Amino acid sequence: MHACDRLLLTGDEAVAQAALDGGVALGAGYPGTPSTEILEHFDTLGGRAQWAPNEKVALEVAIGAAFAGARALATMKHVGLNVAADPFFTAAYTGVTGGLVIVSADDPGMASSQNEQDNRRYAVAAGVPMLEPSDSQECYELTLAGLEISERWRIPVLLRLTTRVCHSKTVVRRRRVERPTSAPRFERDVQGRVMVPAFARPAHRRLREKLAGIEAWNEPSDLNPIREGGDALGIVTSGVSYVHACEAAPDARILKLTMTHPLPIGRIRAFAQSVKRCVVIEEGDPYLADAIRAAGIGVESAPSMYRFGELDVNRVRRILAGDITPEPVPPRGKPPSLCKACPHHGVFKVLSKLGCITAGDIGCYTLGVLPPYEAMDTCVCMGAALGVGLGLRHVLPEAEARRVVSVIGDSTFVHSGITGLVEMAYNPPPTGHVVLILDNATTAMTGLQEHPGTGRKLDHTPTARLAFEDLARAIGIANFHVVDPATEDARLEELLVEALGRDELTLIVARRPCVLAAGKIKQYERAASTPTGPAACEDGNNESGGQE
Amino acid sequence: MSDPAAMDVEVVTNVVFAGLGGQGVLKASDILADVAFASGLDVKKSELHGMSQRGGSVTSDVRFGHEVFSPMVPVGEAHYLVVLAESEVDTSRHYLRPDGVLIAPEWIDAQRLTNPRSHNVALLGALSLALPFTTDTWYAALEANLPERLHAVNREAFDIGRSDVR
Repeated sequence: MHACDRLLLTGDEAVAQAALDGGVALGAGYPGTPSTEILEHFDTLGGRAQWAPNEKVALEVAIGAAFAGARALATMKHVGLNVAADPFFTAAYTGVTGGLVIVSADDPGMASSQNEQDNRRYAVAAGVPMLEPSDSQECYELTLAGLEISERWRIPVLLRLTTRVCHSKTVVRRRRVERPTSAPRFERDVQGRVMVPAFARPAHRRLREKLAGIEAWNEPSDLNPIREGGDALGIVTSGVSYVHACEAAPDARILKLTMTHPLPIGRIRAFAQSVKRCVVIEEGDPYLADAIRAAGIGVESAPSMYRFGELDVNRVRRILAGDITPEPVPPRGKPPSLCKACPHHGVFKVLSKLGCITAGDIGCYTLGVLPPYEAMDTCVCMGAALGVGLGLRHVLPEAEARRVVSVIGDSTFVHSGITGLVEMAYNPPPTGHVVLILDNATTAMTGLQEHPGTGRKLDHTPTARLAFEDLARAIGIANFHVVDPATEDARLEELLVEALGRDELTLIVARRPCVLAAGKIKQYERAASTPTGPAACEDGNNESGGQE
Repeated sequence: MSDPAAMDVEVVTNVVFAGLGGQGVLKASDILADVAFASGLDVKKSELHGMSQRGGSVTSDVRFGHEVFSPMVPVGEAHYLVVLAESEVDTSRHYLRPDGVLIAPEWIDAQRLTNPRSHNVALLGALSLALPFTTDTWYAALEANLPERLHAVNREAFDIGRSDVR
C-alpha cells in the first residue's frame, strides 16, 4: 500500500474497505438505513457480500463461516439486531474460530427508523465486546481490531455505529494488514458448539472468563486515548459525540472510550480524579453514565432532555453549560412523499376509498399514512402487518373486523411476513382476512436492493426466485390474485370488496416495479441474458432512495 | 461575492447544501468534498439518507480546513448556504452565520442550462468563485462523480455558474 491510499470514505465504506483488507471471506446482512452501503461497497470492492432474507439468517450464515475459521461480517440496522438477537446471544456462548464482527447501525434521532433504541445495551445483555468508532478512519481501524479481538478471545465482536458515523465522509488512510493464513476447515467441537444445557452451562462460565480477560486487556490498551487539555473540565465520551465534544470544548481534557464494553473502569476512575469537573457526553441512553456511577465514580451527565435525538456541537455546548431551557425548534422542512409515478398510489387510493383499517409495515409504502391517503393505521416492525392485522380481526366486532387489511411490501414480506401468512392459515379469524403484498420488485426505501423475491443476488446476477403464488398455495391460502395497481385500480377495488365480504383468506399481490428501479431491472435482465455479464448502472445528477 | 471564511485553512470553512430529494443535493456536496479532499485538506461531509430521499427536505454539510472535528455544521455557523429549491431557503437559513452568503437557486438562469438537472452543478460553479480551489480540481471532481455521458453538460453548467453570478 502507498501514500495514495488516502481515501475520502463514508463510515460504511470504511468498514467495507477494512473487511476487504482484513480478508473477510463473507459478508451477510439485510438492507437497513444506515447500514446498507457496507455490503454494497464490499461487493463493489470485490468482496463476497450477500443479502439474506433477514438479519437473523444473515447472522447465522456469518456464524457458520466463522465456525469454519473464516473471517465474517454481519451487517444490520439497530432494529435488525432485534431480529438477529436469538443467534447473537448464543453465539456469545459458542464463540467463534474465525473473526466475527457484527455491525449494529443505530439511528439516534430516527432519520429513517421506527425507534431510537440504543444497542449498546445489547453488548451488555449478550456479553460481547463492543467497539464504537467516531469517524471513518476509526470505522476502518476498529473493524480490523474487531476481527483481531474476535479471533484472540474466540468471541463475536459488536461494532456499534450510528447514522452520522455511517453516512459522514471523512479521510481514511489504509494500512498494511496481517491476514490469517489458515484456510477454513471443519473442526468438530461438540461441547463448544452444541448448546444443550449440559454444554451451555460451562459455556456461560467461559464467556464470563473471556469478558474478564478482555476487560483487563482493555484497561491499559490504547483503544481509549486521552486528548490532553486543562484540568478544569474533563469529558468522558464515545462515538460521534467525541468529535462534537472536541469542537464544543476545545480546552477540555477528553477520555474517548472506544471499547465501550467491557468498560475500562479503572482508567475512567483515574481520569475523573484528574479533573475538577467530569461530564459524560453520550448520545441516546445514559449507558456510560449509569455504568460509571454504578462503579462509584462521581460524574455529571446530560439532563434527560438530551436523551432524545442526535447530539451536535451546539447541544454539547448546552449540556456543558447545564442549559435546560427549551431548545430552538428548526423550521419544518417538506416531509417525504411517495414518488409521483409510484405504483403504491393506486393501492392507497383504494384503501382510503373503502375506509379499510390498514395494518401496515416498514418501507416506502409507510408513507401511505400521510395525506392525501392517510390509509395506514398501524406500523410496528418488519412483518407486523400480518400478525397485527390478524389480532385486530380476532377481537374486533364483526363490522370492523371486516374492514381490516394487512399491507406489506415484497422485501418486508420475505423478511418477516411469511410466518405471519402461516399464522393466518393456522389460526384464521372467523371473518377471514385479506393480505396485500405491494410487490415493487425491489427493496425500495433503502435504495433498491435485491431480495429473494426478485430472483437476483446482491450483485444483481440471477438466482432462484421465491414465487409468492407458490408460497400461498403451499401454506393453504384459498384465494390468490395478482393485479397491476397502476393500471387495474378498479379491479383491485372489486377484488378487495369481494374479499372483505367473505369469511375466507385472500392474498392479493399488487405487482408493478418501483419507478426508480424499473430501468435498472431491465438492465439487469438484459445483462443476465448476454454472456458478457452484468453491466454497471449509472446514476445521474441526483440520488435514488428494507428496513427503511 | 464576500469571503467570510477568508480561506484561512486554519479556520474550518462550513458549507451547507439544501434542497429536495432528487435535486442532487448529495451529489453537489460529494463534489465539493472531493475538491477539498483533492486539495489536501481535512474534509468531513455529512448527510442523512432514508425517508428524506422521497422528495422531502434534504440537507448536506461539507466542512474543510486544517482539522475538522464534527461532521455537522452547527446551526448559525455556515459560511455558505447553497439552496437548490426556492421553498428550502426559509427552512435552511438558520444554518447561516450572520455574515454568511446565501447562494440561492435563482442565481442561475435556468433558461441557460442545456439540462435543467445540472442546476446543482451550476450552483457549485457560483460557489467556486468564493473558494480557493483550481477549476481543474473542480472539473476532475465533476468527472469522478458523474457518468461520462453527463460530463460535457455539467462542465457547461459549472462554467455558466461561474459566469452568471450577480
